[in-house]
Amino acid sequence: MIDMQALQTLAWTVLKIFIIIIPITLTVAYYTYAERKVIGYMQSRVGPNRVGPWGLLQPFADVFKLLFKEIILPANANRFLFYLAPVLTLGPALAAWAVVPFSDWMILADINASLLYVLALTSMGVYGIIVAGWASNSKYAFLGAMRSAAQIISYEIAMGFALVCVLIAAGDISLKGIVQAQQGGIFDWFWLPLLPMFVVYFISGVAETNRAPFDVAEGESEIVAGFHVEYAGAAFAVFFLAEYANMILISALTALLFAGGWLSPFENVPMLGNTMLATPGIGWFLAKTVFFMFMFLWFRATFPRYRYDQIMRLGWKVLIPLTIVWVVVAALMVLLGWIERGA
Amino acid sequence: MTAMTNYLRSLMLVELFQGLAVTWRHMLQPKVTLNYPEEKTPKSNRFRGLHALRRYPNGEERCIACKLCEAVCPALAITIDSEQRDDGTRRTTRYDIDLFKCIYCGFCEESCPVDSIVETDFHEYHFENRGENIVNKQQLLALGDRFEASIAAARRQDAAYR
Amino acid sequence: MTIIELVFYLFSTVLTLSALAVITVRNSVYAALFLVLAFFSSAAIWMLLEAEFLAITLVLVYVGAVMVLFLFVVMMLDINSERVREGFARYLPVGIIVALIMAGELMFVIWTKGAEKLPLLPGQTDAGSNTAMLGERLYTAYLYPFEIAAVILLVGIVAAIALTHLGRKPQARYQDPSRQVSTRREDRVRIVSMPSVVADQQEEDEA
Repeated sequence: MIDMQALQTLAWTVLKIFIIIIPITLTVAYYTYAERKVIGYMQSRVGPNRVGPWGLLQPFADVFKLLFKEIILPANANRFLFYLAPVLTLGPALAAWAVVPFSDWMILADINASLLYVLALTSMGVYGIIVAGWASNSKYAFLGAMRSAAQIISYEIAMGFALVCVLIAAGDISLKGIVQAQQGGIFDWFWLPLLPMFVVYFISGVAETNRAPFDVAEGESEIVAGFHVEYAGAAFAVFFLAEYANMILISALTALLFAGGWLSPFENVPMLGNTMLATPGIGWFLAKTVFFMFMFLWFRATFPRYRYDQIMRLGWKVLIPLTIVWVVVAALMVLLGWIERGA
Repeated sequence: MTAMTNYLRSLMLVELFQGLAVTWRHMLQPKVTLNYPEEKTPKSNRFRGLHALRRYPNGEERCIACKLCEAVCPALAITIDSEQRDDGTRRTTRYDIDLFKCIYCGFCEESCPVDSIVETDFHEYHFENRGENIVNKQQLLALGDRFEASIAAARRQDAAYR
Repeated sequence: MTIIELVFYLFSTVLTLSALAVITVRNSVYAALFLVLAFFSSAAIWMLLEAEFLAITLVLVYVGAVMVLFLFVVMMLDINSERVREGFARYLPVGIIVALIMAGELMFVIWTKGAEKLPLLPGQTDAGSNTAMLGERLYTAYLYPFEIAAVILLVGIVAAIALTHLGRKPQARYQDPSRQVSTRREDRVRIVSMPSVVADQQEEDEA
């Protein structure tokens, strides 16, 4: 006997999931457009401008092209795992959004250990890549998968320690609590007291998502396209979607953890009083997320790709020691009262 | 001391920020892109595009089938057959250029003693079917008739430097 | 049957089947992936028991890190499945004995302790998170065991590195990335200003 109450909750949850996933998918589509435009502008070009006014329909053209293309299965590839891999990448990338608070009440699942949940899910994204590389039965794909796996595991440590600093500063393990602990103006957000961790977190985030300058997993000049060389059509589109969804997720998390989430930067400015600018809301969160998304593109347009051993050196010999030191520093700062624990 | 400053520089990400500043500046600068089909760059009068066979003003074709172009062509793209015409002059019966082989080096034009084979400044063409890449004598002559004005103008402009 | 029970049976079935598959499938990559699935299903079951922290840590540590390295190794190895199955009969008795001992131990615990319901810890409520409480217990009542376990793990890490690290071979050449990155243009390029007038003079002299 299944009661109606539970069914109703289930239907309502599914509806909410769609309300989150559809805008994310659209954002991914226009993120690819923004990427081409921004990088084009930074290279003194104009970017796509043919499909629709200012090229605004370009993402749809790309999507339809990819959907109508044939999905090619390489010879001797493992059929089941080959088709499973894109799903394994996309699943965690979207599932992590369940606990992201868009404002103080807009949140799908307000669980307590939400930060850990996000960390656990982002660490699972690597399976899709490894499985794709192995199932493709291709040396390039396998090399790309191995590089990516080693890179993601290495940077996850630095990322985890950076998050520990945030936890120490906030005294809470839920994303909502962390944002509430940053109450106050722009200088009360955690980016200032935890500045090195903010940088480390974002660098690790870029490395986790395999984006330039850490894109050796794709490395088109050396291993063609890495783990997704053998993928075409819709299967490739799913990988693409997952990569960009992950970038958006990292941007959103940076906004939540270090930039005060939905809080307004001008909360304590007396002149503004209770105007729009001084009230917290989803608009602030989105604006901050977009800013960090722009940083991803800016990095890609600016930095040349790291060599593989340099990536490993940066991760293990620079970022991890730095984070371990800063865990102690952050704890001291809290003890000395330099960071005020909100709420 | 230098080790210390180097260390600080790398720790503060100085060079990375310098790089970011460069790309930021360029993002705000005016763009150099030309919107191609609507806007076009001016072409040199020595531009080497699609080939053409020219005629004399009286309508007689210039080509005398000397096969110098066939000989000089580095890509072996030109094929010529010839015969003696009724009036005793030698003319081509076949003059094919494989545009897939052609590298547009312009040697054929340089080698031609009668300025017959030329490369026009026309470069916006395409093929839709297999075999269309081989252009024959009739097509080349037709191209020559079509572009004679621009061909002659370009040759006149460049004459002083030849 | 409530939805919770339904979900529990679903996950436990998946868990049992995937655990079985780990030891029966021939392809070792499949076995590793089934192990991942088993970990994940058991994490889901813990989640049903409202042990959020444990469940997520299981996923984070075992699925996110340990099994990735496992897969790494398994994929790199070219395992001959014929040779692996050769010794099946030989190792079977040992395997059965180990399995029986483990099952016996579990049974013993369940028989002696299982009947009584474990009391709730002080401050534990039936609903909500137990993360904070878990941390508090670990760092107060169980501080010494916790720290000792941590030290043992650290010793394990150091030992593993010490065993595998052979040191630098004296004759081999290595790149030193930190020196590479700290190289300035001034170290490599020297701009020489050549007096052009003198050069002209020379040419005249030669002519």
